[in-house]
Amino acid sequence: MPAQSQKTLLKHDAPSARELATEIAEAARFTRKHAIASIFHAGSGHPGGAMSSADLLACLFGAELNFWPDAVSDPDRDRFVLSKGHGAPALYGIAAHHGFCDARAALKLRKLGSPFQGHPHVLDLPWVETSTGSLGQGFSVALGMAMGLKLQKNPARVYTLLGDGELQEGEVWEAAMCAAHHKLDNLCTVIDYNKLQSDDRNDAIMRLEPLAAKWRAFDWAVAEVNGHDIDEILSAFRRASASHGRPAVIIAHTIKGKGVPYMENLPHWHGSVRLTHAQAEEALTALGATRSEIKDLLDVSDR
Amino acid sequence: MSATAEAPALIGTSGDSLREAFGKALSSLANEFPKLVVLDADIAGGTGVHHFRKSHPARFLQFGIAEQNMMAAAGGLAAVGLLPVVTTFAVFCLRAIEQARLSLAYARRNAKIVASHPGLDVGPDGGSAQSLEDLAAFRAIPGMTVISPADPVEMALATRAILEFEGPVYMRTGRSPAIRIFGDDHTFEIGKGKIVRDGNDVTIVACGVEASRALEAAKMLEQDGVSARVVNMATIKPIDTELLARCAAETGAVVTAEDHNILGGLGGAVAEALAATRPCPIEFVGVKDVFGASGEPEELATLYGLTAPHIAKAARRAIARKG
Repeated sequence: MPAQSQKTLLKHDAPSARELATEIAEAARFTRKHAIASIFHAGSGHPGGAMSSADLLACLFGAELNFWPDAVSDPDRDRFVLSKGHGAPALYGIAAHHGFCDARAALKLRKLGSPFQGHPHVLDLPWVETSTGSLGQGFSVALGMAMGLKLQKNPARVYTLLGDGELQEGEVWEAAMCAAHHKLDNLCTVIDYNKLQSDDRNDAIMRLEPLAAKWRAFDWAVAEVNGHDIDEILSAFRRASASHGRPAVIIAHTIKGKGVPYMENLPHWHGSVRLTHAQAEEALTALGATRSEIKDLLDVSDR
Repeated sequence: MSATAEAPALIGTSGDSLREAFGKALSSLANEFPKLVVLDADIAGGTGVHHFRKSHPARFLQFGIAEQNMMAAAGGLAAVGLLPVVTTFAVFCLRAIEQARLSLAYARRNAKIVASHPGLDVGPDGGSAQSLEDLAAFRAIPGMTVISPADPVEMALATRAILEFEGPVYMRTGRSPAIRIFGDDHTFEIGKGKIVRDGNDVTIVACGVEASRALEAAKMLEQDGVSARVVNMATIKPIDTELLARCAAETGAVVTAEDHNILGGLGGAVAEALAATRPCPIEFVGVKDVFGASGEPEELATLYGLTAPHIAKAARRAIARKG
């Protein structure tokens, strides 16, 4: 975990590419396991999208964001907005991995009195940048941040993660038009394109394709990547940072439920579900958790 | 409550519209509030912020005809330390109310929403453009302060007050030329109503354009020997419960008057406050749960029952209901 906190030191360690990819892969595994465990304990929550976005979040927090646990109010920090707010379990997992919150506390997802609400809330967690949970809004808030930072000549960047179903909200395209018009090249949008939404495939509900062409037509710098290939994702972030005069979008092709074979590519696991102990155990096993890890994650008694 | 029993001079001349007064005030306050930015959705000429666009173009942010994005983006602008003022028509604030709810109020952002074209005061644009629901809707959002000033003097004071205030605010302006009812010595404080004319038999509580009609109604009642107190209740939320309870105790009957649906707006707020403190007969002047239509504001006020004679009549009903 990077340890810098001083503003002047705001940058990630630069290990070798191989070391970095290994670290990020481990962070993504932690995130998936944590999300499964927290959804199990909560008795509800959206596992599919948490699994599909884990590698994207691990790349963002592990290599891209200048954002540190002891500098969450630094005006020069990069901002991250989880516009697909139902992906909260994955956000809490990656945040715990990087020390923004306590991993055990973050298992109290959706519980009365816990700051780890079903969707992230800025007043509950100091490292959450804005409250989300109504699709489309986080994207607009991120745009407002990017616009405001530019107005104040602050070089910080703004990142936001959208779901694919979220793109059916009209507000997203209002914001897409607006960001391009205002040349917000400090804004980088990532789309978790897992092709599934609450009730069915995107195609069956409301077709998104041709998706890259839509963003190009809105005058964004567009990249398409395999959203589970860490090198591809990191390389897309580097190109996005170099975009000049245009906001950047990374369309990340992902697999819903990635890492948990019985969930992969099934819309059923998008929605808020109750995981049985056996299901949670099977998922954690598939994610490489050891017996003692599983016991620790699922059978702790102080919750 | 600093108001005295003395009524301020009723100036009574038609002046600037409330939107013009707001736009000019905003422009003149810009240097004092360096973080202030103004958001527009292609109706600056309609909302009055064309003054700001001209005086401070770099801090005037154009969002195009896309109010939902504009409303939520204000949350982002506030999050990075700016002081955003979202401006559009009241009906389009309703369009973006969920953005105001989540990205401004729930996130407790220091952002202001200023809505022009509320109520039948919109006039010829017709029913589609006349927001009769905004006070009720925004009042129901936790943490949202709701304000509806009465005349250009108060609008200028309220504009400063909302910029100084920390937290999300929804404020109505107005489209049509407004009657100036306050003198230059008028003061405004968020959350405080003001007795603008004293009386003993009934209290008329009004906001926005209905305040001048309430004063007119009080004069009519006086000719019939009825002594009506008039309270200008520019802050609908938080409502000045203390003042309302005192007025109810001292006059025994209340009339509310607003250019809004009688459901859930000023009347609702007053009724809730008095039911919990000092119950008394209350009559409600407002639009009776129907949509508006095209016409001049005065014609519409007559048709829909918002004029001074309507208020006076409601006052007599309230008095007649006293135990």
